[in-house]
Amino acid sequence: MTPGVLAAAAATLNAPPGPGPSAVPPADGAVVNLTSTLVVAGLYAVGTYLLLQRALMRVVMGVALLSHGTNLLLLLVGGRSGRPAMTGAVTPAAMSDPLPQGMALTSIVITFALTTFLLAIVYRAFTLLGNAEVRDDVEDHRLHALEERLEAQHAHLPHPHVPSAHLPHRHAAQPRATRPGGAGHPGGAAAGLEGTSPEDTSPEGAGPGGIGPDGTGPGGIR
Amino acid sequence: MTAPALLVALPVVGPLLAAGGTLLLRRSLRAQRVLALGVVAAVAADAAVLLAAADAHGPAVAHLGGWPAPLGITLVADRLAALLLLTSAVVTLAVLGYAVGQGIVDDTPGTDGTSASHPATSRPDASGAVTGNSGSPGAASNPPAGGHSRHRDAGQSSIFNTCFLALVAGVALAYLTADLFNLFVAFEIMLSASYVLITLDTTASRIRAGMTYVIVSLTSSLLFITMLALVYASTGTVTFAGLATAVPGLPGGLRAALSLLGLVVFGIKAAIVPLHFWLPDSYPTAPAPITAVLAALLTKVAVYALVRTHTLVFPHSGTWPLLLGAAVATLLVGALGALAQENLNRTLSFLLVSHIGFMLFGLSLFTVIGLSGVILYMVHHIVVQATLFLGSGLITRYAGTSVPRRTGGLASAVPLVAALFAIPALSLSGVPPLSGFVAKLALLRAGARAAGPGGGADRTGVYVAVAAMLLASLLTLLVMVRVWVYAFWRRPRPARPDPAPEDHLAVGTATVSRAMTGATAGLVAVGLAFPLAAGPLSGLTARAAQDLLRPAAYERAVRETAR
Repeated sequence: MTPGVLAAAAATLNAPPGPGPSAVPPADGAVVNLTSTLVVAGLYAVGTYLLLQRALMRVVMGVALLSHGTNLLLLLVGGRSGRPAMTGAVTPAAMSDPLPQGMALTSIVITFALTTFLLAIVYRAFTLLGNAEVRDDVEDHRLHALEERLEAQHAHLPHPHVPSAHLPHRHAAQPRATRPGGAGHPGGAAAGLEGTSPEDTSPEGAGPGGIGPDGTGPGGIR
Repeated sequence: MTAPALLVALPVVGPLLAAGGTLLLRRSLRAQRVLALGVVAAVAADAAVLLAAADAHGPAVAHLGGWPAPLGITLVADRLAALLLLTSAVVTLAVLGYAVGQGIVDDTPGTDGTSASHPATSRPDASGAVTGNSGSPGAASNPPAGGHSRHRDAGQSSIFNTCFLALVAGVALAYLTADLFNLFVAFEIMLSASYVLITLDTTASRIRAGMTYVIVSLTSSLLFITMLALVYASTGTVTFAGLATAVPGLPGGLRAALSLLGLVVFGIKAAIVPLHFWLPDSYPTAPAPITAVLAALLTKVAVYALVRTHTLVFPHSGTWPLLLGAAVATLLVGALGALAQENLNRTLSFLLVSHIGFMLFGLSLFTVIGLSGVILYMVHHIVVQATLFLGSGLITRYAGTSVPRRTGGLASAVPLVAALFAIPALSLSGVPPLSGFVAKLALLRAGARAAGPGGGADRTGVYVAVAAMLLASLLTLLVMVRVWVYAFWRRPRPARPDPAPEDHLAVGTATVSRAMTGATAGLVAVGLAFPLAAGPLSGLTARAAQDLLRPAAYERAVRETAR
């Protein structure tokens, strides 16, 4: 952006002293392009739908589409399309508003960078966990563990960690956790997750399955 | 640029330049630390000067690059911004000191931090077992505890300092900015830095937490852009001063829609209850100093944004029932959630959610005394929440676990830590001589005033909210006492480390440097000084609240300096 652009924009915006209700940018009857509006609405809809998916790549796509939608919305705010944003070509009154374009540029840079970062995390999740899906959160696992303990007590089983065939709940959770990448290690991803919390629920160490060698210290975990 | 303008710009520009400087200095960790500590200390000193100036002469304004208000970037340091900036800078300074003491990733050569401690090496091992394979850089390399891991840690340290400084710059910009778009940019600077900090060490649990955190924050940022576009489309400006005059002219429905969108955007970032799910899952996984700074600052910056926009841009004339209801829900859900947790960091995260409710209550009244209480509470809570997370880090170090029930009797082993944790814990619960009591009393008085004769219309709602605040305080006390008793008071027992430690680099090493204890003690001292200075402080917050409800001076300052 050259100073000239901003100066001209200042001239258009500051025509009445100070910004006020009279400085509304989409001048000449506030015409909004219907096509662009529909595109923005479509991008928002599809983006939101994808954002609610379980597969992380779809979530990333959703974020990307949503950010396109917002950037387009910012452009739409700047007034009718087809008008120059530069001085010299037309009179200041016939220019489009450059401020939303500046905002859109900033927002494009930010959303682009963050989408890249998100992709990096997704890749990391894929390498670490064997799949790229939204994980169950910690509370989910605590509830699972609690439910298993209760079920085990009901069945008068001596030890809570029985084969998973007796536990329909866990059984149902299993395929989802391992579907895409971790075919070679069916229990792997789930085991890695469990490590994050269920032990917290165990009273004084006699937890489900125990922590393994309790006295060996952190070195003996694996 | 004049001297005051430079002072206003320094808290933003200084840390950003220093963040670049740390990248240049990446070969010397010591130089990085000196630079970071020096810059944050300078920001704190600068904020103190700004606060004194703003209290004496009104807001100080800087137009960056000399561009006038509607186009350029304008920074305004009024009483509220300067006070919060000062508090945040003091807290970040202490946290940075703690992080230096911890060595953030324990890469000091010679100590057992990296070379001998198992956690540092057992981690790649664990991830290798999980993925079971395969060409991935993290899993494949399982070195015999030596060079690779130290090299990697050193790299992380340099990024830590850089991100931390960027976070400080973002927080400062959020406080000082005078327009909505720069507020967005400030949030992005701050959040981007926090994304990196939270996933600094890419273990499976941190990736899981970081993923939730990034996606939720990103969604709220996209909603923020949407709000910006709609606000600009309807008013033609994004500066606070311009919006304060333009928004009242809008149709009521449009104004309500924009204000609700703002509430959702900042509500996600501030963890207001229906939108709070991400917080207890993401914060606790990071190392103690990172969790401390994120928990202390990020949600409070969002509350600040809520206060700023809903007084200056979308003012309300009386109590706002919607916000009042959200406050009650936040108070109760947070406190009850904390009651159900065993992990100390998760407990503290739920308490953080609960105490956001106190600030929402004060804001929902829209009276001078209510806003004054909010500002007091923010100052108190920034300090205390950071102290508690740092204390939790100390406990984790000594006990080898962050689950209080798995340890015990620490009071005889480390009495200092017991005291350093007990004081902020009692303060958070609102036990009388401490800072929480002062802040809570201010809010309760505001509630009594609003519900009393001549107060707002929504009396029942205010009474319910006051009852919820008292209940939440009581539950906080219960949770904190339980944590303290479990961790400190029972018969001493050998440490039983977590099977999957979240702060794996800290757990089990039992090395607590003097800087870590010192930084925590310093923050405790700041918290203790708060009630001593309660008189002048509440006078200051009352004046700041008056500024908020009568924004004419703010607008005038921005306008006049623009010429």
